[in-house]
Amino acid sequence: MSKKTVFPYIPNSVPEIQREMLDYVGAEHVIDLYEEVPEKLRLDRDLNLPKAIRDEQGIKRHMEHLLNKNANCNEYDNYMGAGCAQHYVPAVCDEIATRGELLTCYGAETWADHGKYQIFFEYQSMIAELVQMDFTTVPCHCGGQAAATGLCMASRMTGRKRVLLPKNMNPENLSIIKNYCSSVHEENALEIDMINYDPDTGRMDIAELKDKIGDDVAAVFLENPNYLGVIESDAKEIGGIARENGAEFVVYADPITLGVLEAPGNYGATLAVGDIHSVGLHLYAGGGQAGYIASPDDMRYISEFKELVDGVTETTVPGEIAYCIVLINRTHYAMREKGKEFTGTQNNLWTAPVAVYLALMGPQGMQEIGNTIMTNAEYAAKKLSAIPGVSMQFKAPFFQEFVLNYDETGKTVEEINKMLLEEKIFGGVDLSKDFPELGQSTLYCVTETSDKESIDHLAQALARTVHA
Amino acid sequence: MRRDYDTYLRQFHEAKWDEELIFELSVPGERGILVPQPDEEIVNEVGNGIDRIPETMRRKKLPELPELSQPRINRHYLRLTQEIMGMDVAPDICEGTCTMKYSPKVQEHMVAHNPGLVDIHPYQDPDTLQGLLEIYKKTENMVCEISGMDAFNFHAGGGAAACYLGACIVREYFHSKGDDKRDEIITTIFSHPCDAGAPATAGFKVITLMPGEDGLPELGALKEALSERTAAIFVTNPEDTGIFNPHIQEYVEAAHEVGALCYYDQANVNGIMGITRARETGFDLIHYNLHKTFSSPHGGMGPGCGALGVREFLKPYLPVPRVEHDGERYTLDSDCPQSCGKIREFLGNTHVVARAYMWIMQLGAEGIKEAAVCSVLNNQYLMKKLSEIKGIEIMFAEGKRRLEQCRYSWGPLFEDTGFTSLDVSKRLIDFGYEHIWLSHHPFLVPEPMTLEPTESNSKDDLDELVCAIREVARECYEEPELIKGAPFHAPIHDVYCDENNTLDKIAVTYRQLQKRRAAGTIHV
Repeated sequence: MSKKTVFPYIPNSVPEIQREMLDYVGAEHVIDLYEEVPEKLRLDRDLNLPKAIRDEQGIKRHMEHLLNKNANCNEYDNYMGAGCAQHYVPAVCDEIATRGELLTCYGAETWADHGKYQIFFEYQSMIAELVQMDFTTVPCHCGGQAAATGLCMASRMTGRKRVLLPKNMNPENLSIIKNYCSSVHEENALEIDMINYDPDTGRMDIAELKDKIGDDVAAVFLENPNYLGVIESDAKEIGGIARENGAEFVVYADPITLGVLEAPGNYGATLAVGDIHSVGLHLYAGGGQAGYIASPDDMRYISEFKELVDGVTETTVPGEIAYCIVLINRTHYAMREKGKEFTGTQNNLWTAPVAVYLALMGPQGMQEIGNTIMTNAEYAAKKLSAIPGVSMQFKAPFFQEFVLNYDETGKTVEEINKMLLEEKIFGGVDLSKDFPELGQSTLYCVTETSDKESIDHLAQALARTVHA
Repeated sequence: MRRDYDTYLRQFHEAKWDEELIFELSVPGERGILVPQPDEEIVNEVGNGIDRIPETMRRKKLPELPELSQPRINRHYLRLTQEIMGMDVAPDICEGTCTMKYSPKVQEHMVAHNPGLVDIHPYQDPDTLQGLLEIYKKTENMVCEISGMDAFNFHAGGGAAACYLGACIVREYFHSKGDDKRDEIITTIFSHPCDAGAPATAGFKVITLMPGEDGLPELGALKEALSERTAAIFVTNPEDTGIFNPHIQEYVEAAHEVGALCYYDQANVNGIMGITRARETGFDLIHYNLHKTFSSPHGGMGPGCGALGVREFLKPYLPVPRVEHDGERYTLDSDCPQSCGKIREFLGNTHVVARAYMWIMQLGAEGIKEAAVCSVLNNQYLMKKLSEIKGIEIMFAEGKRRLEQCRYSWGPLFEDTGFTSLDVSKRLIDFGYEHIWLSHHPFLVPEPMTLEPTESNSKDDLDELVCAIREVARECYEEPELIKGAPFHAPIHDVYCDENNTLDKIAVTYRQLQKRRAAGTIHV
């Protein structure tokens, strides 16, 4: 056996070829290639890394052994959502998203990567249809990022610094927004003002909104449905209040709701934002998140987007569609520090499974899945809240998530979830830290992946647990 | 018999399907998939869920999504993927600064199919996520060793996002020390645009240094720009020119002398892994692109992972939750009062971290260094071959060895023939190459072309590319019609414009396109 390893992923690790190439470039030893790296900066030892698992079978087994230590949402019944709800991903989504041509492409232009740009365009078109807006781009990092950028766009457009956020919003997104809207000098930061929610319905407190709105407000932000699951039925009125005061109305909407819930563009949203996780992406412990931002067909909005985006253009052959960049001078790629925020590698691959998902579903599928989810969730809420000591926190229609309160059980959410875990159930998300005013409350998420059998099993297990 | 590319160039032709926009294939009533209906007993008990939607929030008109059968949808998108030239089918040697390397298929099979990764929820009890957390912690330990940093965070979804996170940490660090006058970041023009754009987004003023005659930023200019207002320098090394700055340590020392921090954008680290480390050079924060250097695929621009590494004193400012190991169990720690908060929901792109883990574990210390060496050897080999082609020039640092990439200039070709580097790029498709990456803005090198061959390409791959480039250059001089009409073998022809700036020409969605067609401002 030769001493030097030949690595399958590194063709020129073959010693003879390496020698031939070194000779060609006039280097005796490989380290001669690095003569510009000062000797004092060169590492004088080998890296201290774990022993390599060189063979493919070995690395596969090693990885399977590690991943087997995770409990997954197939063998367990999962009732956690909180921005990462479990939905079925059709097989065609994976078939397309794993194609090597797409998976391993990057920045080639319209001539070579025509199919890539058409996928982007179709993705953008279908998101635009769902939210009833005209302009959107390839996805950004996550819904929280989309929300943060939406607020920054609103601030730039209005020249105002104060934004009104609902207290019933996703805490992870709030953390992202707080960081993103900070600045080195406080006078450049956005001022964040929280609007409370009605303790009975879980909806935004409109009286407080009216109290806090003013001509210094850049945007009113609304999640619909909100983090606590409730449908914000007064969304149109809230938008009206924002617009009357010259503020933008930024609505955070989950695409999977939009076959049955009204589109943000139809109730006054001037920017629609959200996460596309629900429509064709896997859980991946949160690795399947990606954000969208959509606006009206108006340069006031379009010129504030930070993303690279391509639109249709003509070729030398009449009628042939090509794609080219729109307003490159918005971006940091062209303008460096003078660009709108920054962009870069985000989530373009996910345009493919999402476009496939929405095409597979069509209008009918989107309506049906909305109904299945809402029906299953309603049934689960009814069954669970019938358990003595367990109650619904809010009396208002919800989509797929609802808040249960355990105060009367004398047990904490943490205790109950530990016991449910033994029954192979991931119970609802514990709200007691982020929403202490709700006591021992938990956010349950029920989607099309549940059925009567699994919900009944959950209800029996929870009943046993709270009375154990 | 092996093909001799000097005498026979590949006769490439990309697929051309002339595929309609999916909306134009729609047939009302067709279904792509049937979704589960609610159980009859459930409906009997609670009715249909949508009947509970308040009238104000009921969708009045269904979204106008396309309606197609499943085979037609599958065929449509497969056809579109055939009109894409990913690294798997065409060696993307010409995509400089992007480290286009092979993404091993065993990794793809794992992240696509293993339910222990695909079907897990981020809020599961950490006791049920031990495998994932172990992968995170061990990957962190390994990139700490490769860089010399003390802690890493994997939340950022790309390199620019990591740069932004770095700027946030610099901001929070000085803020916590009560030093609020440091509001300037210094970068260099050959550092990636995100080294300017991301700190500006975090609220910093940006000062940019221009290169001297050797192509490197001048130490004197840096010292002049440094002051008690400097929060940090954000630099790449080697820069996008492939030139390693031998004085980098003096830059770092100069910045430290005025109390500033040093951020090392290590997007260009591929050629120096196992050779030199950020720690010994003195940097305080760095980022690696796990989707470039550590083999996770680019996906047409993400999802990726900008792994942010810091020294111990900056660890408290990293995003939460942090993965920790108590010797027995892996835990998630959110109790970090000085943390800058979050920049991405949950734990980031877990599948990208998993791929990087597999890659490092498979190569080990020896393989990682071999990857670096071969990427540099490939670049120097390619440079020497290309420098012999008429029309190409290599600017700056004459006679010096470059590392993993090189920015070339087609300036002489342009002066001789009027053809640009973009013209060359369009014609190269006809020989099976995606395109050439020109340069980030601004174009300081005339008619730029940036190539980065990485360790994934063989000597044969490089030889074939050289022959293709030589042929295109020859055509520029001798058969200009072939360049003017290019591309010939791509799915579409040359375009009239490369940017749309007016509203009546902008159509990024089908809704906009229909409007523009009706208004007669777009004719496709």
